[in-house]
Amino acid sequence: MSETDSGPATLDEICVVACAETWRGDGEIFASGMGPVPMIAARLARASFEPDLLISDGEAYFVANDLRVGGGPDEKLVEGWIPFRQVFDTLAGGRRHVMMGASQIDRFGNENIACIGPWEKPKAQLLGMRGGPGNTINHATSFWIPSQTKRVFVPAVDVVSGVGYDRAATLGPWVAAHHEIRRVITNMGVYDFETPDHSMRLRSRHPGVSVDEIVGATGFELVIPASVPETRLPTGEELRLIRAVFDPNGVRKGEFRS
Amino acid sequence: MADKRMTAEDAVATLTDGMTVGIGGWGSRRKPMAIVRAMLRSPITNLHIVSYGGPDVGLLAAAGKIGKLTYGFVSLDSIALEPHFRAARQACSIPQLVELDEGMLQWGLYAASLRLPFLPTRAGLGSDVMRINPHIKTVVSPYPDGEQFVAMPAITLDAAFVHLNRADARGNAQYLGPDLYFDDLFLNACAPGRRFVSCERVIATEDLLKEGSIHTLKVNRSMVDGVIESPNGAHFTTCEPDYGRDEAFQRDYAKAAADPVGWSAFVDKYLSGSEADYQKAVAR
Repeated sequence: MSETDSGPATLDEICVVACAETWRGDGEIFASGMGPVPMIAARLARASFEPDLLISDGEAYFVANDLRVGGGPDEKLVEGWIPFRQVFDTLAGGRRHVMMGASQIDRFGNENIACIGPWEKPKAQLLGMRGGPGNTINHATSFWIPSQTKRVFVPAVDVVSGVGYDRAATLGPWVAAHHEIRRVITNMGVYDFETPDHSMRLRSRHPGVSVDEIVGATGFELVIPASVPETRLPTGEELRLIRAVFDPNGVRKGEFRS
Repeated sequence: MADKRMTAEDAVATLTDGMTVGIGGWGSRRKPMAIVRAMLRSPITNLHIVSYGGPDVGLLAAAGKIGKLTYGFVSLDSIALEPHFRAARQACSIPQLVELDEGMLQWGLYAASLRLPFLPTRAGLGSDVMRINPHIKTVVSPYPDGEQFVAMPAITLDAAFVHLNRADARGNAQYLGPDLYFDDLFLNACAPGRRFVSCERVIATEDLLKEGSIHTLKVNRSMVDGVIESPNGAHFTTCEPDYGRDEAFQRDYAKAAADPVGWSAFVDKYLSGSEADYQKAVAR
């Protein structure tokens, strides 16, 4: 074991735990994480406090064991099959909570991963719509943003892939009952939409990050409660799971700009 | 009984300019790359490509063969952004684009395969998919809920190409990997005549159950007009369990695609000859 294995929690580990917390209370649904930090977080949530979650290997299998990110075929205890078609069926059936990335997000949770600049003539092409529209309209969605800046937390996204609360509000009672942007986790803090008009609220700030710094990295008016708690630290057992079980090679650290 | 075996060149020769061509696979996974390379060698142009896009879209875009593109994303998976697609989008060099949610693309293919004009879905509602695709309409439920849905129009194909692990000469085809993706829908969304399966190996019908269970036989011969035996034909994308993605080659591809000089050298080295030349060049 190296020295860091017993050291205090670092920012990446605080973020993993904050991401894992988004699945608390979800029960027996598909906890789907896109990218290393959300994947580690979903696995940590199941191992720590939400034991009925279904976790995929990111390809086509549900795995029942505590699998490290990048774990090979021999390490997987398969409990089910989740090819892409089944993912689409599962999400339309609502038995899923996904954590995706966002290249831009606004105060109502509208998300863009399609392109920067006008869609007709993008300055920077990104992934495209992917599953954002279908995910957000059907079930709970959270977002993981490793580098919060005013260019990411924007007044208005250039292209709406994931649907936010202001738009969902115009789509009738079914959508209102099923659409949920639960959390946004960044390298600076945790955000939710638990306000009367569902505009984004600062839920907690990570240790060592001030509210002023957060406001300085936000391009819209953020709801800030009178008292902003600190994001909780990982427990000793959570640190052990992250470091020794789910991500012994430190893949998660690659998501953070040094 | 029909022996449907043919060459990639035979299959691509059935295409005419402007056709709507579906390409199976997903991102940089089990793409019919030998067929795509045959398209690159042919004079065919102005194609409407329908794809869960990967290097198929990138290569055809770089060669200027795409007149219209219908897609949910274009990615190399382990490399998030497809460099040629990115460049083409930023240069506005693809004349027509239909960008969809991934599930909407499935629904369009499924509607076509059921011979329905559309299928209702919630995917797309409230998003900019509806703004950038004004041809996509909504429909109101005739039942008491009265809810409004996206009426995802059928995406009917003139030709479809998929790459599977095994097939017999009559067109019964088998996938041995973990995911069929939407390959059966691509074949079913296409009228008979230009539905093509390339495969790693053509085997005898009686051998179809030797390597996989009955559940791997999702493509039957009524869905297929041509069978192309194309070993390593998905290279450099995945073709589990026969081979994984050639990550080193994909990195070289992405690096070369980033600058014109590099790309020109890459084309000279790998894409200027026949499929046999390509396979020889990538064997390392």
